[in-house]
Amino acid sequence: MEMNTNIALVLVLAPFLGFLINVFFGKSLGKSLSGIIGTLSVVVSFIATVYFFSGIAAQPEGIRITLFDWIQISNFKVDFGFQLDQLSILWLLFVTGIGSLIHLYSISYMHDDENMHKFFAYLNLFIFFMITLVIGSNLLVMFIGWEGVGLCSYLLIGFWHKNQEFNDAAKKAFIMNRIGDLGLLVGIFILGSLFSTVDFTTLKTAITTAPDYNDFWFSVAALTLFIGACGKSAQIPLYTWLPDAMAGPTPVSALIHAATMVTAGIFMITRLNFLFDLVPSVQSIIAIVGAVTALVAATIGLVQNDIKKVLAYSTVSQLGLMFLALGLGAYEVAVFHVITHAFFKACLFLGSGSVIHALHGEQDMRNMGGLKKAMPITFVTMLIASLAISGVPLFSGFFSKDEILLVAFHHNIPLWVVASVASIMTAFYMFRLMFLTFFQEFRGTSAQKHHLHESPSLITIPLIVLAILATIGGLISLPGNSWLNGYLTPILPKLANAEHHLGTTEYILMAIAVVGGLVGIGIAYAKYIKQNTVPTEDAAISGFSKMLYNKYYVDECYDAIFVKPINFLSRFFRDTIETGLSALVFGFGKVTNEISYQGKKIQNGSIGLYLFVFVLGLCAIVSYLFLAQ
Amino acid sequence: MNNILNHIGIENYIFLSVILFCIGVFGVLYRRNAIIVFMSIEIMLNAVNLLFVAFSTYHQDAQGQVFVFFSMAVAAAEVAVGLAILVSIFRNLGSITIDNLKNLKG
Repeated sequence: MEMNTNIALVLVLAPFLGFLINVFFGKSLGKSLSGIIGTLSVVVSFIATVYFFSGIAAQPEGIRITLFDWIQISNFKVDFGFQLDQLSILWLLFVTGIGSLIHLYSISYMHDDENMHKFFAYLNLFIFFMITLVIGSNLLVMFIGWEGVGLCSYLLIGFWHKNQEFNDAAKKAFIMNRIGDLGLLVGIFILGSLFSTVDFTTLKTAITTAPDYNDFWFSVAALTLFIGACGKSAQIPLYTWLPDAMAGPTPVSALIHAATMVTAGIFMITRLNFLFDLVPSVQSIIAIVGAVTALVAATIGLVQNDIKKVLAYSTVSQLGLMFLALGLGAYEVAVFHVITHAFFKACLFLGSGSVIHALHGEQDMRNMGGLKKAMPITFVTMLIASLAISGVPLFSGFFSKDEILLVAFHHNIPLWVVASVASIMTAFYMFRLMFLTFFQEFRGTSAQKHHLHESPSLITIPLIVLAILATIGGLISLPGNSWLNGYLTPILPKLANAEHHLGTTEYILMAIAVVGGLVGIGIAYAKYIKQNTVPTEDAAISGFSKMLYNKYYVDECYDAIFVKPINFLSRFFRDTIETGLSALVFGFGKVTNEISYQGKKIQNGSIGLYLFVFVLGLCAIVSYLFLAQ
Repeated sequence: MNNILNHIGIENYIFLSVILFCIGVFGVLYRRNAIIVFMSIEIMLNAVNLLFVAFSTYHQDAQGQVFVFFSMAVAAAEVAVGLAILVSIFRNLGSITIDNLKNLKG
């Protein structure tokens, strides 16, 4: 056991050490060394994770490590401990694995940035907090990580802090996340007061064996926890920060805002599946929110012209699908999609980064095109990832998305329709992106055209690895023979007897999904290859697509409903209430001042007057004594 | 009992004491000369001392007379300090009229 504790500490602290080194000595180490240290520290974590992964089969109950007693108040006790079970190890695998690849990628991508060491310090800190989030043995340790990743997200979105718009985006992400975090905290408080514990294992026993649980407070706890998940995982109504978060450098978008941090909400709900299973009303809310988010984000993604914005809305949409699965109680399906999504979305983001890199910061797809020849590796890897996300058979996304649709079909037909439409749209906008970026003629400036080049191998190697994973990732959970389901059985006991039956309905559904995806691709092909359309200028967009292009004016609505009134209130408090209060406080001072100023005049130095007052006082005392008798 | 109060009644001492005190008060209020003011204060003090002694005898209690000794000792010390101040004021200002002492105000 001692050895496990040490390795777990290495697993957690290696990225933190990397952070410390980079933050204190990064500048003097030089760019390459700082990047290498940053990458190595994550690779160490990955190796430690692999060690635990290889040992988990022998220990299905998982490893629990208690470092010390953290909080102890009468019968409420919180340990600072780690829980390494199937779920957390799975998450650690792709957090540290994809994290390593993206660190490697960043060495090349960020090489021209003067603050590269700071970038790696933040990335390492992010990995540290993400590991804490995943590995914590109770809700409070998880909360530390939860807040920490939010902080790192803020720091990295505003990494190029000289641009005020980027700073605003960072603030927006932070504030939106705070709203969700409040929900999470309230949920933790409710669970803590109901069961006097926030430990996952104890909670599980307490909740599953509680015969007379308070239904109302259970639902409230689940709902508030879901609000927390909404904030972190960008679901309606708290999703607007994620597209703006694309202000950060592209590796950040790939790591934090696609593959890892945004899946924290799904992790948390899967972790607490025993709680959510008991409150069907909240589950249906989750499912509906997920489906609506998937559809809304997909429609917005249809008309965006910024390559990263398309991917951002695609992420929101895919997260919506995962929440749909969570809401339907199919946690293992959601986890499966988290993993495949991490592969192909990280690949897509890194690919878009490679394109942006080649075009010196150009992100507008209207100024791209024809990059296929200049950037073959980027093109092929992104094509694979796009096929995967569109659900083309044999690629990883096909299996995971298909399972979500399958589950939706069995539970609720309208939700299935919504999810299917979102999937078709996904196929369309992904191939719109591919066609606009890589096909036809180059539409940028001739200077850019001159400099077109494939990215260096540090960028292409992670792309290739991720593309391979995006292709074969589906193997971990083949329909009918799922390794993942078996692996997760100790966490999700309900699964044991829920094997997938592959009948006629399932094959028909699969065929519908595939045809739908191909139709989406076909429409994109007809529009952008056959007709050679290029999206019009911003000013020329009209009608419904203008509404889509402006994201349903949700930001403007939030601005009008929340931001403006709050600003108005603040101004009111500042100008009226606070002025009144300070007038009162200053008034006391002024009155005292005036009284003593007047009193000062009596003390004019005339001894005769003093003596007179003295005698007067004497008389007053004497007469008082007489009267008192 | 050989008591002086048998010959002169206590009320006479009280009247004398009150008259002395009032003389002192009016001296303090009306005179401008610092030494006169000072003397007036001493008269008030001694009026009170007289009353003390008178009542002490009246009540057949020596405490009052003992207390007067203390009060006289303190008054003597006060006179020494007060006169010293007056001397130094006279040296500086050339007069000891209390109206001239306004400058002592901070």
